[in-house]
Amino acid sequence: MAYKETLQIRRDPRSLAIALLMPLMQMLMLGYGVSLDIKHVPLCLYDQENSQNSRLLADDFVSSKWFSVSRVLTSEEGIRDAMDRGECVAALVIPSNFSRRLAMTKRASVQAIFDATDVNTTNIALGYAQGIMARTSTLPSTVDFEPGTWFNETLDSRNFIIPGVIAVILALVGAQLTSLTISREWERGTMEQLISTPISASEVLVGKLIPYVAIGFINAGFCLVSAVYWFGVPFRGSMGTLFVTTSLFIVVVLGIGYLISVRVRSQLGASQIALLVTMLPTTLLSGYTFPIDQMPQAIQAISLVVYPRYFVTILRAIFLKGSGLDDLWMPVSGLAIYAIVIVWLASTAFRKRLD
Amino acid sequence: MSGESKAIVAQGLSKRFQSFLAVDNLDLEIAKGEVVGFIGPNGAGKSTTLRMLCGLLRPSSGKAHVAGYDVEKDPEAVREHIGYMSQKFSLYNDLTVRENLRFFGGIYRVPKKEFAGRMNFAVSMAGLEGREDMLVHTLAGGWKQRLALGCAILHRPPILFLDEPTSGVEPEARRRFWDLIHDLASDGVTILVSTHYMDEAEYCNRIALINRGRLVAMGSPGELRLRDLGGKLVEIACSPLGAAVNALAGSVIEAAIFGDRLHAVLDPNGPDGEEIRKLLEEKGMNVGAIRMVSPSLEDVFVRLVSGGKEERVLS
Repeated sequence: MAYKETLQIRRDPRSLAIALLMPLMQMLMLGYGVSLDIKHVPLCLYDQENSQNSRLLADDFVSSKWFSVSRVLTSEEGIRDAMDRGECVAALVIPSNFSRRLAMTKRASVQAIFDATDVNTTNIALGYAQGIMARTSTLPSTVDFEPGTWFNETLDSRNFIIPGVIAVILALVGAQLTSLTISREWERGTMEQLISTPISASEVLVGKLIPYVAIGFINAGFCLVSAVYWFGVPFRGSMGTLFVTTSLFIVVVLGIGYLISVRVRSQLGASQIALLVTMLPTTLLSGYTFPIDQMPQAIQAISLVVYPRYFVTILRAIFLKGSGLDDLWMPVSGLAIYAIVIVWLASTAFRKRLD
Repeated sequence: MSGESKAIVAQGLSKRFQSFLAVDNLDLEIAKGEVVGFIGPNGAGKSTTLRMLCGLLRPSSGKAHVAGYDVEKDPEAVREHIGYMSQKFSLYNDLTVRENLRFFGGIYRVPKKEFAGRMNFAVSMAGLEGREDMLVHTLAGGWKQRLALGCAILHRPPILFLDEPTSGVEPEARRRFWDLIHDLASDGVTILVSTHYMDEAEYCNRIALINRGRLVAMGSPGELRLRDLGGKLVEIACSPLGAAVNALAGSVIEAAIFGDRLHAVLDPNGPDGEEIRKLLEEKGMNVGAIRMVSPSLEDVFVRLVSGGKEERVLS
């Protein structure tokens, strides 16, 4: 069974190409596109003092890649106006007593006003502003660092996103591919032939999944290599931990694809449902883009049953913190329970009946 | 358990799909080594019956034993003793001849030692020597069909279910296919084969005629031909045929288009040949020769099927 499935996969070079290239494409697209780093945030500058010090500070903003000055203002009202027009998301106000206070008290304050209609952008821009302020050599810091940046010193959200992207890709590709395997046989009529033979349901399950497990690992390898060498995400954990957890996740994802495939007898339907049950939970509820602890209570509860959540947590910890299995026992056991349930369901789901 | 000599026994077998009764109280007894043709129009319930006998569909009611095993309680045992060729062409098109055979050999659990021999047999039976490494989708229909049969008999099943194996295959390939069926039957294999080609019925030991889920008649082709049609059968050359069928309704027991002629079963108490001619000519039709013919299977078939219809209307 597994041999036949492998042959069939090989005979279909287009699908194989999709299976192997899709992750790469997605890695690039999601890695870059979904980057939460917002560059060139339009900034209005209202420098009331216009001294050497104030210009030094302003230059730090201007020269950073995160902000670009869209307008230089001369009045307080201008800020409101510029924001209303969407010309800027942030405004930096340097007071007229800036240099004097700096000289007298070694502490000065500048005001930063953010357009908070897009909370996400605001938070990020705020973070950047804090970062710039903190690193400004000429001036003492006026705002404290947030502890959230511990494991992401460069303030680069990519390090945070990429491990999540890996989970998304494995889930998407894995479930997609397997969701087609059984439904394809239904559509081509070979399934009727197959179930008229003494083959057992577990032989079908194992035979169908083995080649896809292999593809899953190849994809995982691709993702790992591109994450580390292309995107420069630090990898601090052990390969062993990564292997164990990735195996669990691949089993879960393939099992889900297989379950769908057994239930839905058309390829189109199966792949649509696979997309639905992998894409939505992985991208929205896994904490891959939106932190789980900022979700409403009810959604947080739901996310407990969202399997990618565990893997996203695990991957981040392995990549950024270098955690081992002992640190990660909670999400790992969550994933393991999932894997057991899915495999059990999958092994009982296939019925050798037409009705 | 059913009798030793019976390969297939069905009692009161029925299958209901929601409100549609696909198979209605079917009784069937097929002895070992028989070739039985399952004949009936599309939607008559042939495929459904075959699927139930293979254990692929659960009967709504009734019982069936195949090779002595209950199809409902022990479908796995049934599957080890049958070969099944489904209606839809069902080899893997993207695999080669050899790979298909190897795959089916594997899932039918053909012992490794015997596999090479059986594969060679299947290949030569299908006439595919030298084409073992061709992809199946490049083969012509007749070859595919014979290969599918080859795959279905790799494990030497004593019973074969073939669901319209020859549909869409050219006549020469059909004839070759039936030669294969007879070769297998002479080795003692029981074969239940459905078809809608009337000429193929003549190749069978017995015919089971099925219409609207019911077994209408069962017997050898000779027996069925002897069936009383209820009157003499005449062949009428006339035109237009369609209008003539309508014109004769009520005057004869049965009228049906048969190629470019009309076949009519005369009512012993109704008009005879010459009166029929008058009747048709009065309606402005051209009537040529009218002659008595001996009924073919198709005549019997048409008669039995339409008889079934009347029963339905009455009940």
